[in-house]
Amino acid sequence: MTKKLVIEHLNAWFGTIQALKDINLDIEENSVTAVIGPSGCGKTTFVRCLNRIHEVVDNAKVKGNVLLDGENIYSNTMDPVLVRRRIGMVFQKPNPFPTMSIFENVAAGLRLNGTKKKNEIADVVEKSIKMAALWDEVKDKLYKSATTLSGGQQQRLCIARTIAIEPEVILMDEPASALDPISTARIEELIQQIKERYTIVIVTHNMQQAARVSDYTGFFLLGELIEFNRTSDIFTNPGDKRTEDYITGRFG
Amino acid sequence: MGTRFGDRIIKLLSLLFASIIILLIAGIIYELISGSARSLSTFGWRFLVTSTWDPVSKVFGALPFIFGTVVSSFIALCIALPLSMGIAIFLSELAPKKVRVYVSLMIEMLAAVPSIIYGLWGLFVMTPFLQVHVEPFLGRYLGFIPLFQGPPVGVGMLAGGLILSIMIIPTIASITRDIFNTIPTLSKEAGYAIGMTRWEVIAKVVFPQARSGMVGAIMLGFGRALGETMAITMVIGNAPAISASLFSPAYTLSSVIANEFTEATSKIYISSLIELALLLFIISMIFNAIAKLLIRKGRFSA
Repeated sequence: MTKKLVIEHLNAWFGTIQALKDINLDIEENSVTAVIGPSGCGKTTFVRCLNRIHEVVDNAKVKGNVLLDGENIYSNTMDPVLVRRRIGMVFQKPNPFPTMSIFENVAAGLRLNGTKKKNEIADVVEKSIKMAALWDEVKDKLYKSATTLSGGQQQRLCIARTIAIEPEVILMDEPASALDPISTARIEELIQQIKERYTIVIVTHNMQQAARVSDYTGFFLLGELIEFNRTSDIFTNPGDKRTEDYITGRFG
Repeated sequence: MGTRFGDRIIKLLSLLFASIIILLIAGIIYELISGSARSLSTFGWRFLVTSTWDPVSKVFGALPFIFGTVVSSFIALCIALPLSMGIAIFLSELAPKKVRVYVSLMIEMLAAVPSIIYGLWGLFVMTPFLQVHVEPFLGRYLGFIPLFQGPPVGVGMLAGGLILSIMIIPTIASITRDIFNTIPTLSKEAGYAIGMTRWEVIAKVVFPQARSGMVGAIMLGFGRALGETMAITMVIGNAPAISASLFSPAYTLSSVIANEFTEATSKIYISSLIELALLLFIISMIFNAIAKLLIRKGRFSA
């Protein structure tokens, strides 16, 4: 097992409210790790700390270490912009850039990285959209606004946009919670397909989804990591009473 | 049944209020045209393209005033636009919350300062400073450009444009800030998540989404500059001249109306002044229309 991310003593705050308390966990390379827990338990904050986007919010603060291939992304010499190019993120609500075309949405990250050649960009865009299982639906309207797509298509476009910059880790914050069951199934399928190439951390409030897509599951409650284990173990043989109560639906 | 009756009342009332706007504009246009009928029939198109303004021999041409109005407002826009953008970006994206509140308050106060105070300050503080420091400096180093040639007199086109720019900065900056604030955080985070820097998020995510609103803000500022009367009258020099130099005095449509209305004795004189008002109205309309066009063009063609 190769550890892609090692999280050590991670604490996070919004102003004076502590959202995460001393989180320690390892994330294995090329695996899908699910983060579950009731609303407000800090699971979204947790993934937002992994690509340093938590600190973009006013008054937000982080303490602790997150090692990416052994290198602390919170060290003073690390540029958050470069961290985010290595650790991509898909958000809860589809958020394509509304002023850009479908093509431009996927190309946007490439242009930042300084890739300038036209055909090279076009290749990567096509490859990424194909990998996001969206190509057949958009290949005839690549230059139309991204907002003309349905919610599920927009979310896959966001995945394509993330894939295009070839990150090593992809964080997904409830990527299917705003989508219908069919779109959800497609996203889950997609996760299975791309996990060979990426390390995926997915936040979900849907336990079936966690059970279906993930290899490892972490259960968060009130800002603490209660339990972290193989998904099969968590769901069949939880080690903590609170985990058991949650997955059997007794609260949350 | 009761609610439907209510619906009808509301519909009728709102229609009534909406038509009042149309009636008002129509009324203004009618008054301006009928008031300037004498001047229109006497001078025709010559009114727009001649530069003589001679109440004694009753010959009137509006060109210097049109020039003064448009150019001074344009200068104001050139100065105010980058400053306002900077202020808006600072306030919406960069400043800590506390600073935000205070600076915003200051800007709103700036907008509330009466025009005459700007005029006084412009006349007693700004123009002497321009005359002694700024204009000689510009003349020495940029004097090869016609814009910066001529004697530094202080009052003039440059002073007019400057005072206008100070007056329209609050308008443009605060509206632009409000527009930036409406851009969803989710959208900006999408930018951060693909590795955009703060500046790239502003340039590639915030700006494009704010574009139409920004054009609106700019045009509002420009409109205010076009119509501004008191402050600019005090610093622009009030000489109906067309000069390439920013240092030389000029005159605006609103200034000449304000200055000469009380002394306009002959009917053709009054009529000419009303025609100036009509022109100012038309110029404002034209720029408004351009703004609307730009906004439509700026939208994504989906």
